[in-house]
Amino acid sequence: MRVLTPSGLDHALALLAEFESSLTPLAGGTDLLVSWPHQNSDEVGFLDLSPLRAEHSAPRLEQDALVLSMLTTYWDVIASEEVRTEFPLLLAAALKVGAVQIQSAGTWAGNIANGSPAADGVPVLMAYGAEVVLRSTRGEVRVPLDRYYLGYKQSVRALDQLIVEIRVPRRKREIEWFHKVGARFAQAISKLGVAVTRDETGHRVVVNSVAPTVVRCRALEDHLDQGGKIESVEQVRALLSFDIAPIDDIRSTSRYRESVLSRLLYFYLRKANLRKANG
Amino acid sequence: MSLDRVDGLDKLSGKSAFVDDLTVPGCLFGGTIRSPVARGRIRKIHFSTAVDWSDFVIVDHRDIPGSNEVALIESDQPALASTNVRHLHEPVLLLAHSKLHRLREGLRSIRVEIEAAPPLFDVEAQPTKEMLQHGSDNVFKRIDIRKGDPASVFAKASRVIEGTYRTGSQEHVYLETQGMIAHQEGETLVVRGSMQCPYYILDALTIAFDRPKERFRVIQCPLGGGFGGKEEYPSVVAIHAALLAEKAGRPVKIIYDRQEDMAVTTKRHPSRVRHRTAVDDDGIILAMEIDILFDGGAYVTLSPVVLSRGTLHATGPYRCDHVHVHGEAKLTNSPPYGAFRGFGAPQTLFAIERHMDVIARDLGLDPGELRRRNLLCQGDTLATGQKVQDGVDLTALLARGEELAGVSLATQEYAAFNRSHPYLRRGVGRATFYHGAGFTGSGETHLASEVWVEGLADGRVRLLTAQTDMGQGTMTILAQIAGETLSVDPRSIEVVTPDTSLVPNSGPTVASRTAMVVGKLIEDGCRELQRILDSGSGPPSGKDFQNALELHHRENPGDLLRVSRSYQTPPGQNWDEVSYQGDAYACYSWAAHLAHVEVDLRTFQVRVTDYVALQEVGRVLNEVLARGQIQGGVAQGLGWTLLEEVILENGAMKNHQMMNYIIPGSGDLSPIRVFFEEIPSPSGPGGAKGIGELPLDGPAPAIINAVCHALSASIREIPLTPEVLMEFLGGKE
Amino acid sequence: MSHFDLTLELNGKKVTRKIPLRSRLLDALRYDFGLTGTKEGCGEGECGACTVLLSGRPVNSCLVLARQAEGCKVETVESTSTETLRRLNATGTSQCGACTPGIVMTARWLCDNPQTLDLMSLREFMSGNLCRCTGYDGVLSGIECLLDQEEGES
Repeated sequence: MRVLTPSGLDHALALLAEFESSLTPLAGGTDLLVSWPHQNSDEVGFLDLSPLRAEHSAPRLEQDALVLSMLTTYWDVIASEEVRTEFPLLLAAALKVGAVQIQSAGTWAGNIANGSPAADGVPVLMAYGAEVVLRSTRGEVRVPLDRYYLGYKQSVRALDQLIVEIRVPRRKREIEWFHKVGARFAQAISKLGVAVTRDETGHRVVVNSVAPTVVRCRALEDHLDQGGKIESVEQVRALLSFDIAPIDDIRSTSRYRESVLSRLLYFYLRKANLRKANG
Repeated sequence: MSLDRVDGLDKLSGKSAFVDDLTVPGCLFGGTIRSPVARGRIRKIHFSTAVDWSDFVIVDHRDIPGSNEVALIESDQPALASTNVRHLHEPVLLLAHSKLHRLREGLRSIRVEIEAAPPLFDVEAQPTKEMLQHGSDNVFKRIDIRKGDPASVFAKASRVIEGTYRTGSQEHVYLETQGMIAHQEGETLVVRGSMQCPYYILDALTIAFDRPKERFRVIQCPLGGGFGGKEEYPSVVAIHAALLAEKAGRPVKIIYDRQEDMAVTTKRHPSRVRHRTAVDDDGIILAMEIDILFDGGAYVTLSPVVLSRGTLHATGPYRCDHVHVHGEAKLTNSPPYGAFRGFGAPQTLFAIERHMDVIARDLGLDPGELRRRNLLCQGDTLATGQKVQDGVDLTALLARGEELAGVSLATQEYAAFNRSHPYLRRGVGRATFYHGAGFTGSGETHLASEVWVEGLADGRVRLLTAQTDMGQGTMTILAQIAGETLSVDPRSIEVVTPDTSLVPNSGPTVASRTAMVVGKLIEDGCRELQRILDSGSGPPSGKDFQNALELHHRENPGDLLRVSRSYQTPPGQNWDEVSYQGDAYACYSWAAHLAHVEVDLRTFQVRVTDYVALQEVGRVLNEVLARGQIQGGVAQGLGWTLLEEVILENGAMKNHQMMNYIIPGSGDLSPIRVFFEEIPSPSGPGGAKGIGELPLDGPAPAIINAVCHALSASIREIPLTPEVLMEFLGGKE
Repeated sequence: MSHFDLTLELNGKKVTRKIPLRSRLLDALRYDFGLTGTKEGCGEGECGACTVLLSGRPVNSCLVLARQAEGCKVETVESTSTETLRRLNATGTSQCGACTPGIVMTARWLCDNPQTLDLMSLREFMSGNLCRCTGYDGVLSGIECLLDQEEGES
């Protein structure tokens, strides 16, 4: 087992560049250390980011964007009144990701990097149009979160890159909504989750646990952007079917995921439509 | 009065040392190699050549000095499989090493090669010849209870209502996993750990090692929960730890981690119960035919007695002159199912209490009204012929429960709400039930429990029993009973931690028997002590008692002032084990539970919005502990009903992780409102009856009845997960 | 490098031990620092029995490598005041005691940060500490009693 401890961000990037294929960046540990005694630790190499906590934890509001740092935790968002007020879906997701023990250790960037299709933090970030800032010794690139994933647990992040920031644009939103369905009302891994926003760029409908990655439901978004009406659960289901491919696993069934997602969106969008119609 | 939990401060501060908290010098870590298939013949055991095995201790069935069995009711379960395996994860080989990570490496590096045989997983299927593995029909136990002449009533009945009900398994999820430490002390093998029943372990060790009892000492550590899961299973861990320790010549500690614990240990018996009920047009029950089937798993273990309790609770608290209850527990190739709080009764009570609502619906009657017309009255008889004489008015109990839960108002409001809300549905449901306290039938007579009460020279009293405190409060309640009997401060009473070299066998800590049966013996023992110290002015109590005690010791230096008390069958209590007739339990506790639910038709999640638990448990000894028992039992019952699904793969639990087996969290519950009726019972100390298991019987039927009310549906199976409810409703809006 | 020197400010005292690199904070506390009050319930961050305060925040110590806590302040159940324990005992907060130390730590943190309850209910807040004995009512009333006391004092 190997654990490397960087002295700062540049050192961390240098270490990643040197040992990229054998090092996994370790932030909050809430994914990587699950059932740790069952993992064969001899084969593990970690880049321990905890020395960087002091400098890379606080979220900050810039003129055009909220910037979540590399080690910003869910709790950092919950505890920040200005962040949670302006970005209520971040608060909603943070409150649902797990209880306080997970909120205070787990990080937004780690949630993105781990790449689980059930990630709770990702749908709301994607619905807010967030960008991922990747940095390595080779330089820095910005990738829209909705183009970050390539497939199940696969992403555009190269092994020498770190997610150093997540930039969430400050836009005026007309609607925003997040709903998570887990096996418990609080503290459970997601069976499915959905985030919806509408701003000047149009609708975003983002779902987790129903495809190999967190995905946008583009067909439904297009329908909504074109002013299409929401008429039935069946209609929503048909529109979703272009973008989702739920599976049966130990936590739920594909039928449940598809059906419940359709129902949640049907009832929410109808209500949102009504509100809009009523002005 | 409510004495604060005497071990509470140590538990809250983390001072209580559970078995895994103990450090033993020179201790090795032990682990278990298990069968990778559900059924077959062991061909070969492969040890990876990449591992240096020289510093491992390795034990197999040939190292067992006595009989290769986990002795319980029968002898069919081997301590370590020798030729055949009957379930996935069956123990085959034991390893120990001084380093935990080397032990883990060793466990990963051994492969058991097995010639697989076809496994049997469906308990309802008629077994083919090649599936027969126990007797001529795989039946572990068959029980019939007969009263009157149901056949002739059914032949004439104008209305017969049928229903089939199923319940799933349930994992205990005690927060402390199974664990034992064994070491040799001179000629004695000492085993300490997490256990409900030290004397069960002592018996199992004497048989596996073929040595007299005196060569063993079994000590209970503070217990991080049991719920029945540490009734019989710890004998397996104890034998394994002892075998390793003897072979190693060093102490050995076996601690199951959560995943192993959930995968391999016992669980609640899955059930299928069929009801046929003849009723008249007024809803009076004329005859009942009940057919019960329990999945026993691969070995007999406790299935016969779990089935027994199940059959004895199957009719529910209703008057009926013509009854036939038939029960069977049968083999499958799953890990053995075992004791779990309620012990067969929650399964059969779910069936009858759902069935009562089904009958009510069929007749167009209010489910409360149907119950009121049929509830037992004092002097009525149960199916075994036992006369009801606990003094409780069940119709009044139900009426009070309905009032506390605001049933009539809610029923009107919910009807209007359900018509108007786009996706939420509300309903209310009830269950009335009873739970027999103490061992079934002549069980207590056979156990002949013994307790000792000692008067010490410093004026204090010491209690010696084999009763374990698994969180339910044994130490507190026994101290309180002695303190109240003697009118002394209960905090001055010493309750000795069970250690078979120190305490008498007062029986296992199961069956809601500790406070009632053992507590009664303690009360009697204290009274006897008072009589001994009576100098002519009457039995001393309070300060006089302590003075008399000190005086006695001054006058008789070195005297062991010890009173022994043994269980005596109450006069007039008779039980026939063959015909299942007579007094099945010394007394019963009675309850009416009511649940309000809200069903979300978007997600098919059920939220219990209010829960009223009203029960008659005799005199309540300690209000805080008693409420804790009821609330904890209801929460566990709610989990079994709505959340906890044991997913089987090759007969064993697939979702053996706490993140995938969902026990209720605080956010899943609303306050559980607890109310007591108190009718002092002659069976227990100060009028108390058994309480621990009763609360698990109510939630499943009360909640499902409420869901059925909310949805106008007839659900007959638990767990009712959202996925199951969605499929049940078949996409209905 | 299979071992390293871990230094913590543990319950107010600076301590150092040589510990295996693979150790979780939970293992280090229990086996190397001898503080067995912190319990392992599940090993996967689900049950909260192993909750400790790391740099002033409640975390599951089974999901933290000991290495990550280097130089940090760690508070465990052993540093709880007797008065807090007594109040919790009177309401039935603990039954078997296995989940209890984690509950005590989460509750202690809440008492120092009561404004958290502006954002969520006590039931939601405590959902990271699973208990199989109490049905939570005893736990929650114990914590409410602590919060009332704090309020009374401030």
